[in-house]
Amino acid sequence: MFKACWSVIERELLSASRRKSDILNPIWFFLIVITLFPLSIGPKANTLTSIAPGVIWVAALLSCLLSLERLFKDDYVDGSLEQLMLTPYPLTLLVAAKVLAHWLLTCLPIILFSPLMAVFFSLDWPTFWAIALTLLLGTPTICLLGAIGVALTVGLRKGGILLSLIMLPLSIPVLIISTLAIDAASMSQPNIAYLAMLGAILVAAITLAPMAIAVSLRISMS
Amino acid sequence: MLEARALSCVREDRLLFKDLSFSVDEGQILQIEGPNGVGKTSLFRLLAGLQPAYAGDVFWHDHAIASIREQFYQQLLFLGHYTGVKPELTAFENLRFFQKMHNPTQQQDLWAVLAQVGLAGYEDLLSSQLSAGQQRRVALARLWLSDANIWLLDEPFTAIDKKGVKVLEQLFLKHAARGGRVILTTHQDLQLDNQMFSTLSLRKPAPEQQYV
Amino acid sequence: MWKFLHPYAKAQRSYELAGTLLPWFAVLAVVSFVLGTAWGLAFAPADYQQGDSFRIIYIHVPSAIMSMGVYTSMAIAALIGLVWQIRLSDMAVAAMAPVGAVFTFIALFTGAAWGKPMWGAWWVWDARLTSELILLFLYLGVIALYNAFSDKALAGKAAGILTLVGWINVPIIHFSVEWWNTLHQGATITKFAKPSIAGPMLWPLLIMLLAFTCYFAAVMLIRFRNEILIRESHRPWVKQLLLKSA
Repeated sequence: MFKACWSVIERELLSASRRKSDILNPIWFFLIVITLFPLSIGPKANTLTSIAPGVIWVAALLSCLLSLERLFKDDYVDGSLEQLMLTPYPLTLLVAAKVLAHWLLTCLPIILFSPLMAVFFSLDWPTFWAIALTLLLGTPTICLLGAIGVALTVGLRKGGILLSLIMLPLSIPVLIISTLAIDAASMSQPNIAYLAMLGAILVAAITLAPMAIAVSLRISMS
Repeated sequence: MLEARALSCVREDRLLFKDLSFSVDEGQILQIEGPNGVGKTSLFRLLAGLQPAYAGDVFWHDHAIASIREQFYQQLLFLGHYTGVKPELTAFENLRFFQKMHNPTQQQDLWAVLAQVGLAGYEDLLSSQLSAGQQRRVALARLWLSDANIWLLDEPFTAIDKKGVKVLEQLFLKHAARGGRVILTTHQDLQLDNQMFSTLSLRKPAPEQQYV
Repeated sequence: MWKFLHPYAKAQRSYELAGTLLPWFAVLAVVSFVLGTAWGLAFAPADYQQGDSFRIIYIHVPSAIMSMGVYTSMAIAALIGLVWQIRLSDMAVAAMAPVGAVFTFIALFTGAAWGKPMWGAWWVWDARLTSELILLFLYLGVIALYNAFSDKALAGKAAGILTLVGWINVPIIHFSVEWWNTLHQGATITKFAKPSIAGPMLWPLLIMLLAFTCYFAAVMLIRFRNEILIRESHRPWVKQLLLKSA
């Protein structure tokens, strides 16, 4: 069973290695959005430092959701989604594997790029560390939640904007708690409580979301 | 025994068929016939459990398939209009994935199977570079690997040349002789003089029967 | 297992039941509306701090309560629809969503109108207002998803799942927003929005709440009946019904 999940992840990684733009585009998008803020607000280091957590998180959220649309779309078009549903393994596990692969391909690179943000927004070490941690704990939740929306809209011709409309409100808690955690860190207050909250939400998402994704896919495919 | 009991199918508020019952025994090859838009593909999706029936259900050994998905899918090989061949993977990689998902213990030589479906020399090309017929052959290669009992094949001969069709017909007969079940749709005339070969015709419901 | 229990008879019976209940709710809604509005606007005493402008609570509070109540009923209906595969439940979700969205909008609008004289601004990022705004987004998401499907049977199921996912999220959203709010601007405003209310002011409020509930039930039943007719248009009983009324 876990071999099957591994096969799914392996295939996703292999496919992505043939379409490198799929990995690069989200990071690129993330960087461009981030760049827009200093340009529109002005280069004052104080202002930038105070808005940095929000900017970084909103940019990560958007790039995550935009790339998520591809999660099931290609598979839907070429029929592999159908085949995935007809394998003798629980669909719940297979979609979880797919989401994990997607996170590795699109969100992990963003986290790896976050030191650059520290330079852009002249952040101190604790703030940067908090940003990296919240992204690490928060983006998997966003991917899992977003995947439910993707699964619901995969059969629709114009799913893109609808996906953001239905999923952005649901990602508000992660956004709020993450920015609170970063704020606390930047004021040298303890933020372990917020991180624990993020972790708790992540655990809940890992437990519940794959089931919702599987059910949604079965509905979308019928 | 694979059995459809009183199946009704409604798509977008339109009745496709109702009270359709039939069963497929061991060694039987069943061809579903009917004009376009009569619901052949929908019937296939019902049989595969991809979509719930409006009324009635599909049973595998007297269990509704939705309740025994994992066991049922061990016995099912489904090929729809879209074959599930990933364009950015090579023919070999595609086939290996199917093998890992459906027959992980089997050690059959994939290169030999690909040669058998006429893809020798194309194994390492990306599937997006293959022709439509060759892409379908990649998907059909699964039939040689498969130890599933039920083959559900929606238009398997699309884009396949005459010689290929002959080879497939022989394969179906071999599968039936092993006790397998084949259910397929095609607009070609099949040259199967097997006594277990039968057809099922779907007809459009008359306007007054549109109401279920 | 319910699937085998005659999936047909139910829609018609529900349609008829909804038709029987409808006039009762409608009459009760009209009566309590008239009573509650007259009492609330003309006879209830004015607030010693806010004067007459507090009277907007007779619209604001019931619609805010309804906005959350409707979403909860949608979630219950969606859960029933998902677990027992009952089509009618999905239809009920679809029938309720726009009504709930309108209640949410009224709550926000009256909140803003009340906020202008009280807080001096149309909009304040108060925890309750923000949660309510997000709730409106959730409603709109469900409605948009439902309308995006051409096959309404699928649309109902998809909207049901989204409703449930949203409903699990509602408390998390609520607490995170409240937390965010207290950390960013202190709790002065949230205290203010929760005034203890005296008896003579409370009675009309309860009557208005009853009016809103009955109004919701009546409108929902009308929409539910229409939804059944549209979705079951391929069924003989609908045909007969239409022939009879034509």
